[in-house]
Amino acid sequence: MTDDSAPSMAELALEYGLKADEYDLIVKRLNREPNALELGVFSVMWSEHCSYKSSRKHLAKFPTKGPRVIQGPGENAGVVDIGDGQACVFKMESHNHPSFIEPYQGAATGVGGIMRDVFTMGARPIALLNALRFGDPSHPKTKRLVAGVVAGIGGYGNCVGVPTVAGETNFHSGYDGNILVNAMCVGLADADKIFYSAAPSAGLSVVYFGSKTGRDGIHGATMASAAFDDDSDEKRPTVQVGDPFAEKLLIEATLELMASGAVAAIQDMGAAGLTSSSVEMAGKGAVGVELDLDAVPQREEGMTAYEMMLSESQERMLAVLKPGREADGQRIFEKWGLDAAVIGQTTDTGRIVLRHKGQIVCDLPLAPLTEDAPLYERPWTQPPVAPKLTPAEVPPPADYGQAVLRLMSCPDMASKRWLWEQYDRHVMADTLAESGTASDAGIVRVHGSKKALALTSDCTPRYVQADPYEGGKQAVAEAWRNLTAVGADPIAITDNLNFGNPERPEIMGQIVRAIDGMAEACRALDFPVVGGNVSLYNETNGAGIPPTPAVGGVGLIPDYARRASFKGLKAGDALVLIGETHGEMGSSLYLREILGREEGAPPPVDLVLERRAGDFVRGLIRAGEATVVHDLSDGGLVAAAAEMALAADVGVVLNATSHEHAHFYLFGEDQGRYLIATTEPEALIARAHAAGVHASVAGQAGGDALASAQGLFSLPLPALREAHEGWMPAYMA
Amino acid sequence: MKAAVIVFPGSNCDRDCKTAIERTTGAEVSMVWHGDTSLPDGLDLIVLPGGFSYGDYLRCGAMAAQSPVMRAIKAEAGRGTGVLGVCNGFQILCEAGLLPGALLRNAGLKYVCTAVALDVVNSQTRFTAAYRDRRDVSMTVGNGEGNYFADETTLDRLEGEGQVVFRYRDNPNGSARDIAGIVNDRGNVLGMMPHPDRAFEEELGSSDGALLFQSVLASA
Repeated sequence: MTDDSAPSMAELALEYGLKADEYDLIVKRLNREPNALELGVFSVMWSEHCSYKSSRKHLAKFPTKGPRVIQGPGENAGVVDIGDGQACVFKMESHNHPSFIEPYQGAATGVGGIMRDVFTMGARPIALLNALRFGDPSHPKTKRLVAGVVAGIGGYGNCVGVPTVAGETNFHSGYDGNILVNAMCVGLADADKIFYSAAPSAGLSVVYFGSKTGRDGIHGATMASAAFDDDSDEKRPTVQVGDPFAEKLLIEATLELMASGAVAAIQDMGAAGLTSSSVEMAGKGAVGVELDLDAVPQREEGMTAYEMMLSESQERMLAVLKPGREADGQRIFEKWGLDAAVIGQTTDTGRIVLRHKGQIVCDLPLAPLTEDAPLYERPWTQPPVAPKLTPAEVPPPADYGQAVLRLMSCPDMASKRWLWEQYDRHVMADTLAESGTASDAGIVRVHGSKKALALTSDCTPRYVQADPYEGGKQAVAEAWRNLTAVGADPIAITDNLNFGNPERPEIMGQIVRAIDGMAEACRALDFPVVGGNVSLYNETNGAGIPPTPAVGGVGLIPDYARRASFKGLKAGDALVLIGETHGEMGSSLYLREILGREEGAPPPVDLVLERRAGDFVRGLIRAGEATVVHDLSDGGLVAAAAEMALAADVGVVLNATSHEHAHFYLFGEDQGRYLIATTEPEALIARAHAAGVHASVAGQAGGDALASAQGLFSLPLPALREAHEGWMPAYMA
Repeated sequence: MKAAVIVFPGSNCDRDCKTAIERTTGAEVSMVWHGDTSLPDGLDLIVLPGGFSYGDYLRCGAMAAQSPVMRAIKAEAGRGTGVLGVCNGFQILCEAGLLPGALLRNAGLKYVCTAVALDVVNSQTRFTAAYRDRRDVSMTVGNGEGNYFADETTLDRLEGEGQVVFRYRDNPNGSARDIAGIVNDRGNVLGMMPHPDRAFEEELGSSDGALLFQSVLASA
């Protein structure tokens, strides 16, 4: 190759995903042209994935403080106080782009990556959740993607030995070209033994340990910050390959190293690998770092400095050790059979200097890579808001029985047993509730105590699509409600903001308004954001995904003897409906699945009523006065009643209402509502009214069918169960 | 009662087994690293826990069966000490030749995590005496390779000699003759796919596994 045909640095910058003006900014900041390696370092550090350059200004709107918050956003994961000197460490992160290209490895490494974020902070991972969105079931790629993603999640989490206890799965044509795989990990640590990434001083050893560095995943962070086109499959080489056995060893070795007292600072190598981990540690510590790349454990021969710095090989950690503690590290790494090497030192220069084969191959100031990275106030337009539907626009179903069956068997409502039976939900022997136990949230015990953590993941993308602000509110409120419905005090959330291309003003408008709505709900419910992840550019050939700000919520149950599930309904119980019902049908499942229409304003969330109803319900559970509780969400009253009936194998007869309003009553998706089973409905209703909460009897348990008192439908439970359980196995067969 | 739980790299139910034994029997439980060549003295029970020893990248349990500690375990088993292998532990016992047969890929070709109803076929063993005439118990399984296989002669012998200890009432993985757990001919080595270490308290959905550990305690 002659010099003439070599691309200029400016051209290379475009190839690496930087914009022309960003390249000019680099030259200005450096006062010179970067070399190709330096350009690579800039391109990943300035990628959306690492820099949050489009979203950071808006993320600042989230409330991030609270009495239980130990660490808010900005670290590997959020940390909250759960009493008794213990802390819960958690985070949710996307692995959308890689999972679409290579579903098994994409999903598996997503699980691995989020676990590393949690144990990097000193916490043992104790639970996993996932939020999955796939394309329309009829799309030719969907089935293969579902099978691959589910096998990947299970293959990784099961092997490492962390239970997967909850999740959500949606199907919609809006995800045909961009599926979403969001994984959440929750860990447990001592509150006074949280580890951070900031290197405390100069002159300390930087130790690399874990798997060797290979050529996989180079430029993964850049790919994750780009839109897809028809050639996306060609990006497969940028997807990393996971080794859960290595991860298991890495967890044990990391926690042992931390317990030995040798660790001064630590950071996993996630997106942008060695580049972002070393830059973060030195940048956050306001020191500098010098690395000798020849010392990096390498899987392949002849790796260039560029390949080593940009590799996203999995299961690797970088630690800064306290002075003279290298031998402790060596002993532990040998015990666990991990590769390890001192690859450099912290310095006081404020620069990252890389040596390779005796040459300085990179010498950059840290500031432009981190705090001085570009920050965009992207132009945005107010997103269109779907108008409220009038009752006349929503006709009743031709056949109520058929409508209920169709609702309960539609892809979003149907049982996901096929999927969660592939996840180990019981390892660690502290799981009290999981996807298979009829619970609104997963529940795991805090080992050796009476306490338990309630965990949930929520978002209703069709609401966010119809009205980003209300939909954003609803995602937070539903997480809060699900935690409340099992008897937990909601503590905090991690968010996972999945959107299309932020350079399109209408998409940026969705992001801005969804964040506004989420922040409003977080404030009203005292439910701060302690961590999060942004996944933008989820678009293919110009079409963005439905806006999907997933919310991962954590709550605390002080005594797990006092908790609720939606199993346990007994014949003779009354079902008391808590909360107000107006019959909100806009953007409902009824509208989409029965009438075939996707339109209308989503149900508004009245945050004052939400909180009042939730506090009342939680109080009942805590007092031991309610043990069978279910929140109302997709599909409204009839769906919640159906799920309770199926869980207990006891029929339910729903009360009569005026004929023209029956479908609004049964299928409306009004927010802030719960069903509680009780033998003393009058007393419960009186107490609710005294607390300023709306309550009424909605039905009675008994018989062997889900039925309406006014004879609109009567579905024998076996038929209902077959419809609900049958869809997914039949689809995947 | 004294028990030891073996920790292989990739074991992930080692702590669960320790907790289950401690809470159900009050026994002292030591954790033994796979690289050790000796076991503590005076053990009543050695547990090979579930997990993915060595990643199970070869046949499940095949690498662990060659671990240094296995020599000591074989010697103890030969002396009549109780040995329990759960899930991956069962696979290791088969690979090590301490139990007959092998665990194959599940019939459905997928990992299966589900509650299983079990029939206690033989309550005359040191592991099951506390079940007495209780035959119907519940535990969970979680495995990709839990499909028990042995040749017909071996299966006939296992059944004839009362070595089939647990049977599935609704076979989740295609196991031959619905076998969920077997003992060796001497009755001191039990391998089973269901997890008693995940079913030792009502909060976990079942406490039926507690009886297994308590049986060992009573025989100690």
